[in-house]
Amino acid sequence: MPFEYRRAEDVDGALTLVTENPGAAFLGGGTNLVDRMKLGVTNPRMVIDVSRLPLAGVEMLPDGGVRIGATVRNSDLAAHPVIRRRYAVLARALLAGASGQLRNAATTAGNLMQATRCVYFQDVTTPCNKREPESGCSAVGGYVRYHAILGASDKCIAVHPSDMAVALAALDAVVVVRDRRGEHNVPVNEFYRLPGDSPEHDTVLKPDQLIVAVELPAPAPAALSTYVKTRDRASFAFALVSVAAEIELENGIVAGARIAIGGVAHRPWRAYKAEEVLLGSPPTEEVFVQAADAELANANPQSGNAFKIPLTRGVMVSVLRSLTTGGPT
Amino acid sequence: MEFSRIDAEITLMVDGSSRTLTVDTRTTLLDALRDRLGVTSPKKGCDHGQCGSCTVLLDGRRAVTCLTFAVAQDGAQITTANGLSDHDGLHAVQQAFLDQDALQCGYCTPGQVCSAVGMLDEVKAGHPSHVTEDLDADPDLDDAEIRERMSGNLCRCAAYGNIVAAIRQVVQS
Repeated sequence: MPFEYRRAEDVDGALTLVTENPGAAFLGGGTNLVDRMKLGVTNPRMVIDVSRLPLAGVEMLPDGGVRIGATVRNSDLAAHPVIRRRYAVLARALLAGASGQLRNAATTAGNLMQATRCVYFQDVTTPCNKREPESGCSAVGGYVRYHAILGASDKCIAVHPSDMAVALAALDAVVVVRDRRGEHNVPVNEFYRLPGDSPEHDTVLKPDQLIVAVELPAPAPAALSTYVKTRDRASFAFALVSVAAEIELENGIVAGARIAIGGVAHRPWRAYKAEEVLLGSPPTEEVFVQAADAELANANPQSGNAFKIPLTRGVMVSVLRSLTTGGPT
Repeated sequence: MEFSRIDAEITLMVDGSSRTLTVDTRTTLLDALRDRLGVTSPKKGCDHGQCGSCTVLLDGRRAVTCLTFAVAQDGAQITTANGLSDHDGLHAVQQAFLDQDALQCGYCTPGQVCSAVGMLDEVKAGHPSHVTEDLDADPDLDDAEIRERMSGNLCRCAAYGNIVAAIRQVVQS
């Protein structure tokens, strides 16, 4: 099969290459794309290396927010003083992901664009609607420990594995996308898709679009935030369930609540229903349980992963408890 | 010819020597080092970024070589475990692995050593980890920190206890 590697010198060059070569894939740090190519899951006829584009900066925005360049490495972002001090939930999420070696290679945009996947997606000998539309789903009725309990369809029950993206969902981050028509802002909570009838599409990004940055809004001054991840081993493992949350208290009442859940859906799952219960309520155990239950009311687990419902409830309540009692930030 | 675009000439600086070669652009950095340049210090374990045995220092930072194309690293400075020692003898991390008997079969060791060297530089630069309580403070490299930061390197012989001891020796000296 013919194959080409091309290195883009600038963003316009990358956009020209991808427009002229439909089916080309952008290459960042390679930690997921190269792996998928080796497995035979993804077979682009061209890769366009965008890892050396001049997008490796973290800049303060006039409104108090931050613009993170697409090629900033995950380890550099987690170690950045502004992220550590003002966006603890993002630093914590990045540090909970992958290994030191992989975080040194993985980029911000690449982390967002890693495939929503499961063991069957990775195994080309088994049917998978995401890898090969209409071929069937091997996970339904199979090994489902890591699979979705919210927002899944009978076509796909895989989950998005990023930790970083869960924190970005809680922060209401914006994905900045470029194409030949200009720059577009896509809220991260609208960037990822649910599987529905077309699980082959993870995101709303079009093939001729390139992520150039992620923007974070200014942090809420009195907010406390954290990221808690449960997994089968203490380090270097995907989440069973994770929770990113930012909470503000005002006069003993929850005045701000932004919660996202990882490991439970095809995309980072923003817990709007739980937030609704919390807003205006006192930070009590009863309210926390009520909030978690409101979010989980429509959970639809497989026979092998119903444990994720009480696990999600437990992690949510524990995170809310610690953030409202001055716990970890 | 389609084929002309598949190959590319690249130059890598490997353990201080400049090496120029033509690679199929689908060749990983690991395969280029081992099979094309005869640099066998980085080992092929899982070949999927999960075991860390192919870890080198890539432009000074630890990275696995199995998940990057060699062509994407054109011009890079690569230090393998073999290149860590100089004329004065072993690198402090290598010596500590010997002193603490931090290996059994030794297959993962070059990756463990490179990972430890890169990790210690990250700590010097003040990088926090998943187990760092205060994200703002300089990390204190206790055993829990060492274990977390070395989790990208597996050891099938389970020499972990002595690997932690070896790194602790370097930290204390």
